[in-house]
Amino acid sequence: MLQAFWDCTEVDLDKNMKILIVDDFSTMRRIIKNLLRDLGFTNTAEADDGVTALPMLQSGSFDFLVTDWNMPGMTGIDLLRAVRADDRLKHLPVLMVTAEAKRDQIIEAAQAGVNGYVVKPFTAQVLKEKIEKIFERVNG
Amino acid sequence: MEHQDSNEVDLESTLKSNARQLVDSLEQGNFGEAVQLINELNKARDRGLYLEVGKLTRELHNAIVNFQLDPRVPHAKEVSQIADATERLNYVVTMTERAANRTMDLVEQSAPLVNDLSSEADLLAEDWGRFMRREMSAEAFRELAKRIELFLARSQRDTGKLSGHLNDILLAQDYQDLTGQVIKRVTQLVTEVESNLLKLVLMASQVDRFAGIDHDHEELRAEQNKEKNPSRGEGPQIHADKRDDVASNQDDVDDLLSSLGF
Repeated sequence: MLQAFWDCTEVDLDKNMKILIVDDFSTMRRIIKNLLRDLGFTNTAEADDGVTALPMLQSGSFDFLVTDWNMPGMTGIDLLRAVRADDRLKHLPVLMVTAEAKRDQIIEAAQAGVNGYVVKPFTAQVLKEKIEKIFERVNG
Repeated sequence: MEHQDSNEVDLESTLKSNARQLVDSLEQGNFGEAVQLINELNKARDRGLYLEVGKLTRELHNAIVNFQLDPRVPHAKEVSQIADATERLNYVVTMTERAANRTMDLVEQSAPLVNDLSSEADLLAEDWGRFMRREMSAEAFRELAKRIELFLARSQRDTGKLSGHLNDILLAQDYQDLTGQVIKRVTQLVTEVESNLLKLVLMASQVDRFAGIDHDHEELRAEQNKEKNPSRGEGPQIHADKRDDVASNQDDVDDLLSSLGF
């Protein structure tokens, strides 16, 4: 049923694109991974904070980054800044999925160059919308 | 508390009466008496200070005993209450994680069953339609009848499995009861610790009063605020709907971002 819902509002997205999911909680990574799979994206990898994510991004030819904000080691906002500061990664689309909801933080993320911002708790529908919006803009 | 007040009143009345006498004796040129009075004032202040420091020390000692913070005390329970609370909260993390994983395992096991049943039903419905429209040979119908028979058997088996999974998902939510109890106990401990700390702070302020120490509260607050770094993150906001500086839902976030030109 969920599948049918996704199918009827299809946007032309590359289902093979390589996605990195960064969150310090394995359950949240699993939820996002499952939701992405429902959307047809099966080419995913996981990291538990910015410190492990950054080298993966630098050597892994990822097409999309989904990251939490609040993580030990390197936070999501620092990871975003590191990505934007890296010549080979600076155009990588980044979606933040986080419980951080202060206006200042959302503005901070926007200024750091985030492409989308989803606050937890979120729905499958919201995740889908944001991903489509990001790639409409990237491709358009 | 009463004792504290009388102590303070004591000091104040001694201060007042001696101060007047001090001015009098100085005006009368009675220097020896003046020095004597100053000594007495000092003594009164010291007495008060010693009393307050003594009380503060006792209270601190009580707090340490109450919360079994002192690892040297041999008859303390195996762990201090704080360490115990930490362990309890870790238990909550483990329990909730286990429940989430168990639930997701069951959902992941259920999804293919539903998808397979649904796609097989679609195929059968299509063929059944052809049969009803008499577009099917007898041979093909025998084939269809066999598939329908298989499908019914499979439906019975898989829906049985599914209802088992649903039951297990329901049971996996039992963590809520257990973790709820644990969290309530830890909350109680935090409240106790807070009220004891508050008592200590009040006592310490009494010491400050006798010692004539004044804290720059503005500066303390500024220092505290400096330690808050928004980039580190704060975690979920509990009263998001009551605060102006927090987006209370995704629509709020979207509005804010679109106002920034997103």
